[in-house]
Amino acid sequence: MRVYLTAARLSLRRHLAYRSSAAAGVATNTVFGFIRTFVLLALWRQKTVINGWDAADACTYSFLTQALIAPMGVFMTGTELGPRIRTGDVAVDLYRPVDFQSWWLALDAGRAVGSGMLRSLPPVLVGALFFPMALPLSPLRWAAFLLCCLVGYLVSFSLRYLISLVAFWTMDERGMAAITFAVGFFCSGMILPLTAMPPRLDSVLQLTPWAAVIQIPASVLFGTQSGGLAYALAFGLAWALLLLGAGRLLTGAARRKVVVQGG
Amino acid sequence: MAESVERPLPAPVAYLLLVRMWSRSAWQYRASLLLTGLGQILTTSLDLIAILVLYSQVTLIGGFTLPQTLYLYGTTRVAFALSDLVASGVETLADSIRLGTFDLVLIRPVSTLAQVMADQFTPKRFGKLVPAAATLVWALIDLPLHWTPARIAVCVGTIVCGFVLFCAFWVLSGCISFLAVDAREVANTFTYGSEFATEYPLTIFGRPLGLALTFVLPVAFVTWQPALYVLGHPDPFGLPGFLRLASPAVAVVFAALAALAWRACIRRYRSTGS
Repeated sequence: MRVYLTAARLSLRRHLAYRSSAAAGVATNTVFGFIRTFVLLALWRQKTVINGWDAADACTYSFLTQALIAPMGVFMTGTELGPRIRTGDVAVDLYRPVDFQSWWLALDAGRAVGSGMLRSLPPVLVGALFFPMALPLSPLRWAAFLLCCLVGYLVSFSLRYLISLVAFWTMDERGMAAITFAVGFFCSGMILPLTAMPPRLDSVLQLTPWAAVIQIPASVLFGTQSGGLAYALAFGLAWALLLLGAGRLLTGAARRKVVVQGG
Repeated sequence: MAESVERPLPAPVAYLLLVRMWSRSAWQYRASLLLTGLGQILTTSLDLIAILVLYSQVTLIGGFTLPQTLYLYGTTRVAFALSDLVASGVETLADSIRLGTFDLVLIRPVSTLAQVMADQFTPKRFGKLVPAAATLVWALIDLPLHWTPARIAVCVGTIVCGFVLFCAFWVLSGCISFLAVDAREVANTFTYGSEFATEYPLTIFGRPLGLALTFVLPVAFVTWQPALYVLGHPDPFGLPGFLRLASPAVAVVFAALAALAWRACIRRYRSTGS
């Protein structure tokens, strides 16, 4: 266990070092937050309440989810494992005396915490200067939100880990990443909140793993999640376990069969 | 052979040769190329679904109907997809400056801009064009418009000018990478951000921001102003009518600005060293 904590801590330190890059990311996330907010407000101006959300909830949702993009890895670009498979550097990782999947989880968790620390607060604060916000004051609600983010992060990691593993067979994970990004961006509620979708589409999208990454933590924070915290956690954990299990099986298969690139 | 060494290749020829080289390189990873192409088709289509979802709840957004918004979306996306095809190689510039490989670009006897724009070209980018063009055709069929020659000319001109403007944005975003290597994501705001902003009626941003997007950053001239002409829609911000036909002038000015900025950046460039 200690080795994974150390790996996570060192990864965190490495990601905290890229401050100017994080500042650029914050600026971009915030600008896109503005555009998304205006789009949502165009809808909310005509319908004051949609599925229990008013305009302030919609504004909060845009900026909050922009803030979650980096730590949650919504862009589904895989993990840092993918490029290492492409270049053959993964050979070094394979003979480390650690569990392969846990090792990458530790490194990626360090990255997520780092970008959460550097990139999550500013977009929400800037958004609050310009738009009405509806952030709850109850510390319990925030604790529940963080818990859901943790579970959502596990789902996101296990998906991105699976994408990276594809490179063992196709030599390039970017194709798989592109598809997963397109589908995931829509299904997570980044383009439109799932709660603003037509009810039948919403009820289908709420079952995909991506719902646990963005929409469900936000709904829990707003207190509008149907089934409450217990359902949110159970749903997310079920997907996380399933996907982590799949990752474990594929890792085993890759270890036995695959020839490493490079020379 | 000796002749070609003496005389550098003209930029467009060099560009096309580089594009062919990168395409052949991308073609080596066929499965990945097809999947990324499919990914681009999906991304664009799902954005379209989002617009349809919005209109399933209301009939007007920012005072515009669904076919009108689809027209804005279609022209924007086609113009952007074309510029993405031609110029988005600029995106890798920040990395090559940081790694010092940009020095190689400078010592080759070929236009720097041609090399940078063609960098890592991949045919996957045609994927974006498919749903964009389909949406535009859909909008054109659905719009209750009488097509005069002037309308048709402005419609075609919208795409040409939008393409030129977006290319200028790509080059300017590349110039940002020269100033601050870490600012790659800020550069994205310029390109993807202006694309995103101009997919919807400009009215949704309200008057102050709408005017800023017209006169500070000429995003409104990509599709909004000429679209008002084609759709025969009065300007919600009450701006003078000649602006609707001003896109070609704005595009020329911005292309010139981008070219000048690029030259200045190349002249000032100091290698990152090791």
